[in-house]
Amino acid sequence: MPKIQQKSSIPKTKTGISGLDEICGGGFPKGRPTLICGSAGCGKTLLATQFLVKGITERNEPGVFMSFEESMDDLTQNVSSLGFDLDKLIREKKLKIDQVRVEKSEIEETGEYDLEGIFIRLNYAIDSIGAKNVVLDTIESLFSGIENTAVLRSEIHRLFQWLKKKGVTAIITGERGESSLTRQGLEEYVSDCVILLDFRVIDQIATRRLRIVKYRGSTHGTNEYPFLIDEYGISVIPITSLKLEHKSTDEILSTGLPALDNLFAKRGLFRGGSTLVTGTAGTAKTIIGGYFAQSSCRRKEPVLYFSFEESPDQLLRNLLSVNINLKPYVKSKLLTIHASRPSLQGLEMHLLLLHRLIGQHQPKTVIIDPISSLISIGSNSEVRAMLVRLMDLLKGNQINALFTSLTHQEKDEFKDATVDAVSSLADTWINMSNEDVNGLRVRNLLVYKSRGMGHFNNSCSFKITDKGISFLSANSIQPVSGS
Amino acid sequence: MAKNQRWELRLYVAGQTPKSVLALKNITRYCRENLEGKYSIEVIDLLVRPQLAEGDQIFAIPTLVRKIPEPIRKIIGDLSNEERVLVGLNIRPVSPKIKA
Repeated sequence: MPKIQQKSSIPKTKTGISGLDEICGGGFPKGRPTLICGSAGCGKTLLATQFLVKGITERNEPGVFMSFEESMDDLTQNVSSLGFDLDKLIREKKLKIDQVRVEKSEIEETGEYDLEGIFIRLNYAIDSIGAKNVVLDTIESLFSGIENTAVLRSEIHRLFQWLKKKGVTAIITGERGESSLTRQGLEEYVSDCVILLDFRVIDQIATRRLRIVKYRGSTHGTNEYPFLIDEYGISVIPITSLKLEHKSTDEILSTGLPALDNLFAKRGLFRGGSTLVTGTAGTAKTIIGGYFAQSSCRRKEPVLYFSFEESPDQLLRNLLSVNINLKPYVKSKLLTIHASRPSLQGLEMHLLLLHRLIGQHQPKTVIIDPISSLISIGSNSEVRAMLVRLMDLLKGNQINALFTSLTHQEKDEFKDATVDAVSSLADTWINMSNEDVNGLRVRNLLVYKSRGMGHFNNSCSFKITDKGISFLSANSIQPVSGS
Repeated sequence: MAKNQRWELRLYVAGQTPKSVLALKNITRYCRENLEGKYSIEVIDLLVRPQLAEGDQIFAIPTLVRKIPEPIRKIIGDLSNEERVLVGLNIRPVSPKIKA
């Protein structure tokens, strides 16, 4: 009796590229060829190499790299900066690199031939180390060395069929053509999975993107996903996690400023919530951030503070002037301040850096001061997309987040793109403002929203002294009864 | 070219395919006619010795490689065009008229 076929997706092989498995629904199709195409310098070879190397180091699956362009030395050198030691893998018989060099000047063609030589070399390479994964980079180079393109086409087609029959997971790279995905239309032969890489420069900031053009027999993300090439190789950032499945707790945490806590019905904010502090220049947003950090440190919960405008020393000094002493926490490593100029890198780079630092430090609280700085380096939709990703990351890890955002004078704060993007995502929104009253500056704080709890609805005046923020009148919302 | 120049040729094949058999027949004939006593042809069957394919950068079958004299030259195909093969290998044809 035949077994009942279980409904399942086709078998997958992990890509070894962080973030790509999620988009591919688990990885590349196992035992089938995948085509990676893109223009020159977009990272095809690197992606393929990373797949091969991670396959060896993480799953102990030997791999064959058949290069039609770069020599073994070039290849080894190019990826050594990413910490891939190809020489070692070759010595351990886990990796085999075979460069197919076609020198047109020393080759004469007469009569019929086929490309069985490539099959034999590939077969030999695969069998000699028991390879599971194969990279062909870039087979289209053969077109410049071989006159008989009809033979070449049919042989490439046969090669892909052969790879399938051999049962190896293959990555084939192809240069982007003018009207087709690859110059020689390889996409017609590889029908299982096609991934397109793209490299664009917008406003002098380079962004790499990846899109899955087709993936037969599997669900996949359809967006363009930014990806990065840095010292850790390639990483892809899925723009949004598709579901809203964050866990939420009822635990209440102090903002670090008791008078501020009193403005909320539960005397504080939910753990894992995100808070937006908006205001024009000089309205004490950073000070609120300082309280927030201090409160977390007092609970012995690590804090990661991203400062886009002040250096760590400057930040500490300035906060000390309002009696928020964070220096001991920096010393005890509870507080990590990461300061950088927003324009130093593209948005994706920032996001990845945030990801990585969050991974390294495992903070319970993250402060980004100010998030509006990031808008200077991207278009509105990009900033929004990045903030959504960031929020996802923080919520997914139950991290308390506080973002400050600089708004501009007059009443256009609701039109401000950053505020627009964050305010709908943030759980709590506090606005700070300065007002001229009879030639006197009056500072005000107003809670605009707080999801899941009541809050004080009036504007509260406060002043800043060397003891910190103090409210001018005791404002408080009635506590929730029974809580 | 020196008179005592030797010619070392290698023919890469993959089994006894019609193309390979034809190529061997062709090159043997060209050599006999033009390089009498000055040549050797080594036939390498890559199905038996696949490890040799990489060294001479073989991708097409059949491939004829001129190892000596240097530089290395390669001719791919069944070698059916005598003129191209001789030009490709830089062999001066012995004219039948002079021979007679």
